[in-house]
Amino acid sequence: MNILTALARLLIFPGLLFAVPAAWFFLWVERKAVALMQGRIGPPFMQPFWDFIKLMGKGTPNRSGIAGALMRVWPLIAVSAAAGAVGLLPVLPKSGGFEGDLILLLALLELPSMCIIAAGFSSRSIFGEIGSAREAALSVSYNIVFLLAIVSVAASQHTFRLEAMAQGKDSPLYWLGVLAILVCLPAKLHINPFSLPNAEQEIYSGPMTEYAGPELAMWELSHGLEWVAATGLVATLIAPHVTLAWVAGLLFVAFSFAVVLLLSAVATATARLAIDTTVRFYWQCTLIFAVLAISSALFMRFRS
Amino acid sequence: MKLWNRLMCTARRKSPWLFHMNAGSCNGCDIELVASLTPRYDAEQLGVRLEGSPRHADILCITGPVTNNAVNAIKTVYGQVLGPKAVVAIGSCPATTNVFIDSRTLAGPLNKHVPVDVFVPGCPPRPDAIIQGVARAAQILAERGNAPALTDVVIAEIVEPVRAEVQP
Repeated sequence: MNILTALARLLIFPGLLFAVPAAWFFLWVERKAVALMQGRIGPPFMQPFWDFIKLMGKGTPNRSGIAGALMRVWPLIAVSAAAGAVGLLPVLPKSGGFEGDLILLLALLELPSMCIIAAGFSSRSIFGEIGSAREAALSVSYNIVFLLAIVSVAASQHTFRLEAMAQGKDSPLYWLGVLAILVCLPAKLHINPFSLPNAEQEIYSGPMTEYAGPELAMWELSHGLEWVAATGLVATLIAPHVTLAWVAGLLFVAFSFAVVLLLSAVATATARLAIDTTVRFYWQCTLIFAVLAISSALFMRFRS
Repeated sequence: MKLWNRLMCTARRKSPWLFHMNAGSCNGCDIELVASLTPRYDAEQLGVRLEGSPRHADILCITGPVTNNAVNAIKTVYGQVLGPKAVVAIGSCPATTNVFIDSRTLAGPLNKHVPVDVFVPGCPPRPDAIIQGVARAAQILAERGNAPALTDVVIAEIVEPVRAEVQP
């Protein structure tokens, strides 16, 4: 992958130029799907875009010192990390990639939630700190399962290159790994039943309580980009392999859309779980499957 | 620049985020405010979102006759909402202190303490009246922008509810 294709992927497709409208679109799809399933009509199509523009035009409180500077920087880091993660997804066939791009993708996917934790603590608001503590506990619980699932998929395919990994899907282990990733997505995206870090009304807005105006707009955008990156990761793993570029792009969007709908349905059907129930869910129920997946993947690898 | 301003006007009109504050209300208006977000009235069609933090809000919805205890809280929260902002007084209590008038525990009405843009009268007002008041406040936000000066107070009329045809 030379520098030009890398830039094109980061800035045009599937990077910023595609990812930002896609982020708004997925945020709208999520809100609209939840509204329709609750028997409401829901927000108009352009709603996340209008929210973003309005927040850009609002004021921010005067903050001085290191804490103020940090509060301006965290959302920017989150947005750029999420956009970078989207840019790494191997959407188009033969898009290259490099050995180990999966590890970079995982790191970039993790950065926004790290930023959220740091942001809540640097806002010095008690609700922000509670939200950050919850986010940290949640992150420790689901990441074990998430990483084990990814490693088991990678071990069954003998590679850490996303594109090569997405090509062979014959083993049932692969699908077990994808299923485990899917179970972790609601926690990664902070939607019900794992919406406890930013539990609306319960602890005001969690880590985002003190953020306003353009900073909040950046948080909304990074949340949307996380949607694109996380659902896109699943979409690239489950989409059938095609050689035509536009068909591959279309399939990517279609599968991401389906995953968004699935997650919205889960979010509508469930209520928010308490932190201890959430942690128990990941450590007791899903960890077993993840350990099973990785142990059988390693076992099969040594046998072959 | 002109295009950006027009875009901003539209965005402010289309995305009013509310923060709800109870200033000693009997909970009647609070229930009606929440009812306006339920499937039957669904204020989210207008882009309305009830926010948990006053920092995120554009429109401050205040219910209740403003008790002595609530005055400082109202002023703090009003300061925490960042501009451009609007205040909607929901119910008859914040407008006139209603049946509690002349009580020694009250410091109302509301517009003695913060500038109010829209009054939604009623005890409690219907959810459709509240939605209309919020929509008027969003319109005011779009027209006024960052200018702090308050020209005139709007009183939202209580709309005649549209009766849906009930299928037998």
